Amino acid sequence: MNWFTSAVSSSVGKKIMMALTGLFLCSFLVVHLIGNLQLLNLDLGISFNTYAQFMSHNPVIQTISKGNFAIILAHALIALFLTRQNAKARPIGYQVKKGSANSTWSSRNMGLLGTILLVFIAVHLYHFWWAVHYGGSIPTREYLTDNGDIVAYTDLYQAVWFAFSNPFIVAFYVLSMIAMGYHLYHGFASAFQSLGLNHIKYNFFIKVLGFLFYFVIPALYAYIPLKIYFLTCCSSSSCSH
Amino acid sequence: MAGNMNITLKVWRQKNAHTKGKLVSYDAKDVSPDMSFLEMIDEVNEVLIKKGDEPIAFDHDCREGICGMCSMVIDGRPHGPKEGITTCQLHMRSFKDGDTITIEPWRAKGFPVVKDLVVDRSAFDRIIQAGGYISVNTGVTIDANAIAISKQDSDKAFDAATCIGCGACVAACKNASAMLFLSAKVSQLSLLPQGHPERMSRVENMLQQMEDEGFGNCSNTGACSVECPKEIGQEHIARLNREFIAAKASSENV
Repeated sequence: MNWFTSAVSSSVGKKIMMALTGLFLCSFLVVHLIGNLQLLNLDLGISFNTYAQFMSHNPVIQTISKGNFAIILAHALIALFLTRQNAKARPIGYQVKKGSANSTWSSRNMGLLGTILLVFIAVHLYHFWWAVHYGGSIPTREYLTDNGDIVAYTDLYQAVWFAFSNPFIVAFYVLSMIAMGYHLYHGFASAFQSLGLNHIKYNFFIKVLGFLFYFVIPALYAYIPLKIYFLTCCSSSSCSH
Repeated sequence: MAGNMNITLKVWRQKNAHTKGKLVSYDAKDVSPDMSFLEMIDEVNEVLIKKGDEPIAFDHDCREGICGMCSMVIDGRPHGPKEGITTCQLHMRSFKDGDTITIEPWRAKGFPVVKDLVVDRSAFDRIIQAGGYISVNTGVTIDANAIAISKQDSDKAFDAATCIGCGACVAACKNASAMLFLSAKVSQLSLLPQGHPERMSRVENMLQQMEDEGFGNCSNTGACSVECPKEIGQEHIARLNREFIAAKASSENV
């Protein structure tokens, strides 16, 4: 097993772990976004709350969710370890720094961007995940199903709409998504490079997929709170928010 | 002469490895734009020597961009503001009259400062000793064309082999990682059949040595390739990663 631990703890091994955990989290972004887009359905929340009910009760999803938390933690901890190790590799720094001449801002600030995202994840979980699972403060809403049954779901839809009527929460979410865009601007393509996938045949696809992940997906995530804010703000008589 | 420049230098002066250094200002007067950067420092040193001061110590040898000795971080960039050249190939025409130029040594735990701008790069020698070679039996000279090598592979191997081991990649990297240097050496030998017998042990041992020397971890910023005087690309680091994964998955070294 010595070969295995030495492989994983080596410089290349750690970057591969960063790449694999990062790409897993990218796949999570896609699933989470598809669910979140249901928030924009003006259907009193039936589609979104059905989705939320499924996500918070299905045992398979619950297991994946725990794995997801573990992977976020692993990604952050390996990054922390790498950052500390890298700081030690240059005990005396330069008086004049000119990183902008040879690398992108994102690539030099992944730690900062990652920390912003970690804070965002903590706040985001407290807002909604904690409220659903342990808060007990969100009321339920009853829906009539197609076969005539009445079902009661936690009305997360209403809770989200209420939260996003607050301009500060909306600003926090939008800024966090900008940070995510910058994080993925370096991170997504970098993950493939770390896995050794740098080849004329597929670099084009990594570029196109990269644009999807660093621009389109964060933009859609940011669009949801903005859209809800403007819908609630402009429908209320005072527009006092 | 008309067109000559006056330049202020801020140079890192450090007596030896055990003392603390600091930036010291010098005036470089009447500098010809046709001078190389190192000739400009030679002139400054002439003045210092005549005054009885200690001249600025710096590494240099061939002064034609092939030996990899010169090592200066000029205004925050290894080998100065131009790309694809070493410090000795940089000319004063790249600067303007009245400029202030800050010159610092390579900064890395693996490259301790010996004096002023001179750093100890023997860490690179030890990385090479860990596997950057091929074993060749003595005997009769083997026909150079006995083993067929595709043009593509020979070109790629040659691109990697242009590495002069100057260490600009380490100096440029925010993590002080030697990954580009390592990848150039591993690429060069893994692309050629002569390098195959030691292929797996090579990448394992050389990477281990790089870590033991105290260099940092690569985070794919790409700064190394931009500052590399031989413009060695990021694809070599990707190849190093592939070589390492393959070696760890299939070598007999458990």
